[in-house]
Amino acid sequence: MLMVIAIIRPERLGSVKAALEEIGVHGLTVSEVHGRGEQKGLEFTHRAGKYRVDMLPKVKVEVVVKDDLETKVVETICRSARTGEVGDGKIFVLPVSKAIKVRTGEADS
Amino acid sequence: MAIEYGNTAWVLISTALVFIMTPAVGFFYGGLLGKKNMLSVLGQSIIIIGMVTLIWVTVGFSLAFGGWGQPYIGDLEWLMLNGVGTEPLSTADGSYYGATGIPGLAFMMFQGMFAIIAVALIIGGVAERMKLKALVIFLFIWTFVVYLPVAHWIWGNGWLAQLGAIDFAGGIVIHITAGVSVLAAVIVLGKRLSLANCCPDVPHNVPFVVLGGALLWIGWFGFNGGSALAADGIAANAVVVSQVSAATAAITWGAISYFHQGRPGVLGLITGAIAGLAAITPAAGFVDVSGAIVIGLGAGVFCYGGILLKKKFNYDDTLDVFGVHGVGGIWGVIATGIFCTGTLASSRKGLAYGGGFDLLSDQIVAAAVVAAFAFAVSFAILYILKKMMAIRMTKEEERIGADITQHGESAYGGLF
Repeated sequence: MLMVIAIIRPERLGSVKAALEEIGVHGLTVSEVHGRGEQKGLEFTHRAGKYRVDMLPKVKVEVVVKDDLETKVVETICRSARTGEVGDGKIFVLPVSKAIKVRTGEADS
Repeated sequence: MAIEYGNTAWVLISTALVFIMTPAVGFFYGGLLGKKNMLSVLGQSIIIIGMVTLIWVTVGFSLAFGGWGQPYIGDLEWLMLNGVGTEPLSTADGSYYGATGIPGLAFMMFQGMFAIIAVALIIGGVAERMKLKALVIFLFIWTFVVYLPVAHWIWGNGWLAQLGAIDFAGGIVIHITAGVSVLAAVIVLGKRLSLANCCPDVPHNVPFVVLGGALLWIGWFGFNGGSALAADGIAANAVVVSQVSAATAAITWGAISYFHQGRPGVLGLITGAIAGLAAITPAAGFVDVSGAIVIGLGAGVFCYGGILLKKKFNYDDTLDVFGVHGVGGIWGVIATGIFCTGTLASSRKGLAYGGGFDLLSDQIVAAAVVAAFAFAVSFAILYILKKMMAIRMTKEEERIGADITQHGESAYGGLF
């Protein structure tokens, strides 16, 4: 079992959700986050000089899937979150040792 | 003409009531936007209050209301408010401005608030993507080439007034000009990145929308009631029909969305009320309660349809300024031609009161001419501006939001 964590542009959330749903991934957790990547945020120039916005608003999507779905899920998120410009985000894949359903207490393998 | 104290008191109070509508528009619009753009509309509304006030007291008032009877634009008889003082103003034929015994200064400032709110309505349509500098330049030019002439055509006894069109409190002068200009502006500007890319931000603070809407509703009693320029029966009628139209439109909108979408949204209820107020504006001194109910009903139906238009025709009027103010204004102006009783502030009768098509056709001509004029001129201004400067924020700026990129502040603090 794997957890796929995707940090994406807020405006792409709708298309990522829809794309995941198409491949049968329904359960997910979403949070609003702020962060930066290799470019250390964005720099703007205005009349009085430059200013930097270094913590950019992003959306974090977390899904837990079976091992064999990894490539498919990662590929789907990449495709649906991409605009081709700097700042499209990042995907991390982590191992998950157990998932337990709260209502029944049963553990998913 | 001596000063009438009661009338003066009411017009001064109404001036304050209309003033509050512009910050209210900031809250109404801000709540509807994503939180990264909340401050931008509040900031813009204050900039507009400053800019239009200065235009108004220097040349604006004179160009709109001076030169009584000149067909297209006023003159500079009241440049720098020269001659506008503590005594009532007189017009060439002695009517209108000073007839109710209110000081020239009170009349001037009351009308100034209308100019401010008209300009402020526009910011909702172009929100989330227009550069502040370009917006300010556009609105400055717009005030001179759209608002002041149209105000003169109707209220300065210009050519539309002479034609016979009537507009009690600004359905033509304010709601049609602002609403239709937004349509032109958004066509030149193009869609927001977030919409083009999938999903725009959802309204981030509906309580602010209701708060702003409620303040607009309160302010509208001064807007319509004060337009009687007297504390008299016409003012009372205007206040009553405004309330009735707003109430009817809010309930109508709620009912339509209940049947159309399954649930009556809070946004829809308050938007319906604003649509009802926009629609009753041109009619407030001319129709009675039965007319107001039909006008409110029509406002709910037509403006609900109005906001569906943008999906159908694929333009991005961010906060439905055309759908609510443009459509509501056009409906109200036409409805005045139907439901004018002939017993209130105008002796002409509408279609429903046996006046035939006489008044109705004047109203339709006025609505059509002003809509076409506002559209064409706004389109031209922005088209030329677009050739000369960046009128849109960059993609990165749009993603970060106008609060930080245009004003250097964020509405809710936090880490950033």
